[in-house]
Amino acid sequence: MTDETAKDYDAEMHEPTHFFTKYIWSQDHKVIAVQYSITAMAIGLVALVLSWLMRLQLGFPGVFDFIDQEAYYQYVTMHGMIMVIYLLTAFFLGGFGNYLIPLMVGARDMVFPYLNMLSYWVYLLAVLVLVASFFVTGGPTGAGWTLYPPQSILPGTPGYDGGIILMLVSLIIFIVAFTMGGLNYVTTILQARARGMTLMRMPLSVWGIFVATFMGLLAFPALFVSGVMLLLDRVIGTSFFMPEIVSLGEPLAYGGGSPLLFQHLFWFFGHPEVYIVALPAFGIVSDLLSVHARKAIFGYRMMVWALLAIGVLSFIVWAHHMYVSGMDPAFGYFFAVTTLIIAVPTAIKVYNWTLTLWKADIHLTIPMMFAIAFILTFVFGGLTGLFLGNVVVDVPLSDTYFVVAHFHMVMGVAPILVVFGAIYHWYPKITGRMLHEGMGKVHFWVTFLGTYAIYFPMHYLGFVGVPRRYYDYEDIEFIPDSVADLNMAITIAALVVGAAQLMFIYNLVWSLIWGKKADSNPWKANSLEWQTPDTPPKHGNWGVEMPTVYRWAYDFSVPGAAEDYMPQNMPPQPFEAHRAAHPEEGPEEDKPGEDKPEEGGT
Amino acid sequence: MARNNHTPSEKTPAPIGRHEELLTDWASDREAFKNVSWGKSMMWIFLLSDTFIFGTFLTGYMTVRMTTTVPWPNPSEVFALTIGGVELPLVLIAIMTFILISSSGTMAMAVNMGYRGDRKKAGILMLVTALFGLSFVSMQAFEWTKLIHEGVRPWENPFGAHQFGATFFMITGFHGLHVSVGVIYLTVVAIKVLKGDYERRGDYQIVEITGLYWHFVDLVWVFIFAFFYLW
Repeated sequence: MTDETAKDYDAEMHEPTHFFTKYIWSQDHKVIAVQYSITAMAIGLVALVLSWLMRLQLGFPGVFDFIDQEAYYQYVTMHGMIMVIYLLTAFFLGGFGNYLIPLMVGARDMVFPYLNMLSYWVYLLAVLVLVASFFVTGGPTGAGWTLYPPQSILPGTPGYDGGIILMLVSLIIFIVAFTMGGLNYVTTILQARARGMTLMRMPLSVWGIFVATFMGLLAFPALFVSGVMLLLDRVIGTSFFMPEIVSLGEPLAYGGGSPLLFQHLFWFFGHPEVYIVALPAFGIVSDLLSVHARKAIFGYRMMVWALLAIGVLSFIVWAHHMYVSGMDPAFGYFFAVTTLIIAVPTAIKVYNWTLTLWKADIHLTIPMMFAIAFILTFVFGGLTGLFLGNVVVDVPLSDTYFVVAHFHMVMGVAPILVVFGAIYHWYPKITGRMLHEGMGKVHFWVTFLGTYAIYFPMHYLGFVGVPRRYYDYEDIEFIPDSVADLNMAITIAALVVGAAQLMFIYNLVWSLIWGKKADSNPWKANSLEWQTPDTPPKHGNWGVEMPTVYRWAYDFSVPGAAEDYMPQNMPPQPFEAHRAAHPEEGPEEDKPGEDKPEEGGT
Repeated sequence: MARNNHTPSEKTPAPIGRHEELLTDWASDREAFKNVSWGKSMMWIFLLSDTFIFGTFLTGYMTVRMTTTVPWPNPSEVFALTIGGVELPLVLIAIMTFILISSSGTMAMAVNMGYRGDRKKAGILMLVTALFGLSFVSMQAFEWTKLIHEGVRPWENPFGAHQFGATFFMITGFHGLHVSVGVIYLTVVAIKVLKGDYERRGDYQIVEITGLYWHFVDLVWVFIFAFFYLW
């Protein structure tokens, strides 16, 4: 590089020097990613505390008298909404999406950094509006996270005064923020990849985030529109979702609307949303497994096609959330079929993860433990999905704790395990330090076993017929006394698991200062983000010279290579050229007698 | 080394069939859409997302029109104007639609002039487009005022179902917002065109990107017109 180009580089990079432009009003995707992650974690902590309060009421009914019925419903609602939208969606797409996409595809930044910055600040606004609803008269809405009208906007539901309005406004703001970020992610992946980076060489993390973001851009509009219409119903008295209705003995001015329409719109968003959370997790876990098992991901192409197939199918399964809503039963048949079909690509992914581990050189690092825990949990949650996807089985199980157990396993615990694994995996790149391993192990075992202690018994509760979203179960005849004991046990487990998350956050802060220094590629991984000249990567990511990609991200343990990994930007090696010219010789592992082949190495 | 990866790394050698070309483009590195700028591809993706918003709005409208028990008002009567003692059904909306579709024509001409490098004509045609848009919004404001005077509100409607007012104000309002944003967008870009910003940069693609947005807003209107006024 001549001085001239280096000077051009500096001029073109506009590296900010002031503290505010560097860390606060930053347009750098890495800083924005950290901002997104910290905000999501902070609001996630609120949701964690809410779940504790819920569990305290269920485990020890009547002991904590500040938890009344209204407060309980508000906890349920806010816990659900925060976890699904403001934590998981924001963390996977805003956090990991922002950090990983430009680094993994070999770009300097997102294509429109300013828009990216706006995306974060608008997201923060959405979170603040949501938090504000805790402080208005009547508190936050207690309508359940699905916000079904008519009850969500009528007096009698907690948070009727201001809570529901702020909730809807916050959702609308969130969608605006997501759209600004999402357009950036998709365009960056499609149009700003490095030289040599074809779509089929991208790590599966990027694929998962890409498909999920695209789905978000098509699914969030339904939530946007239903949010606007519900807001109009509540604030100016239109009747989009409101039928003729008598409330508190008085006939209301509403009439002629369709409550079922809201459910359709909500779930047209809500079901893809499940996969908006799950697909990035699928992608990231594929990379974690491959790196820590030192083996290529099994069936890369099939993994990509399965992601796309799940993405498409997830738009035509939404009404399986509505089997008992009173919609035309013939619909149920169609949606049951599509729901069961979606199990096919999902099963392909599970088989491929498992086969990646087959005969692999498994390193039981903390990210790997989380990744394996994810497979188990996801399979477990997925199997109960087969029960709930069938209309006749779903009807008796609907609105029981079986459903709670199912969706917490499959879209709560499973993705969050991946979030943890991914943080342990990429923390060294983000901060330049390793997370403390002892604390990490405790965190893993408590979280993994603890979540089973919480959700496993809930399946039994569901079969006994315990309905969900009830404040307490006293004097309900069909519920046996043993349910109370089980509930107490679940509560204790939940408190312990929650405490482990606090320790995890402590670990994040502790390791930032006292953690072991990490080298630039501590896991010996292949994808581009580990090949940056600096760790943590500097503004512009790559220094003066942009990376060139020669291979996919999964060249692990290649026979003949000098080491057991070959980074994506490693040029073709002599032994590879030799092998391409002499395919009849076959790979070295077929010739056990020979020692290291002479063409091997660099 | 170049920061903007606008140029593809390798030119595809011989002319090949469209299908194969699509496949080679998507199998290639750097960009899936060759020679398409970041702004243009982002606009396309945004418009796809926006299509789902309008699609959902219209689906909602059709659903409540079916669920309401009160008869739906006859649009030919509600949207009629009395000019010189003669009641003309849908006359205003016909003019509005005509104006908006004409504006798509001037927009297309502006894009053409931009690529020919004719700074002045491109800018003026864009301003004409913006003026058409502005007159569309003004007529819509007039129509809103007329309906409000006649007592139509989002929550009530003297001609029939409540949902008529609610969906009308919501959907035309949301579309009108898009047109208004488009008018501002067109004006800003037109001024920059006339000032020669893009001539110096040698790239008039922004005119086409603005055009994409404008044609989309037009296309949406065609659907709103068909579903709201003709049904």
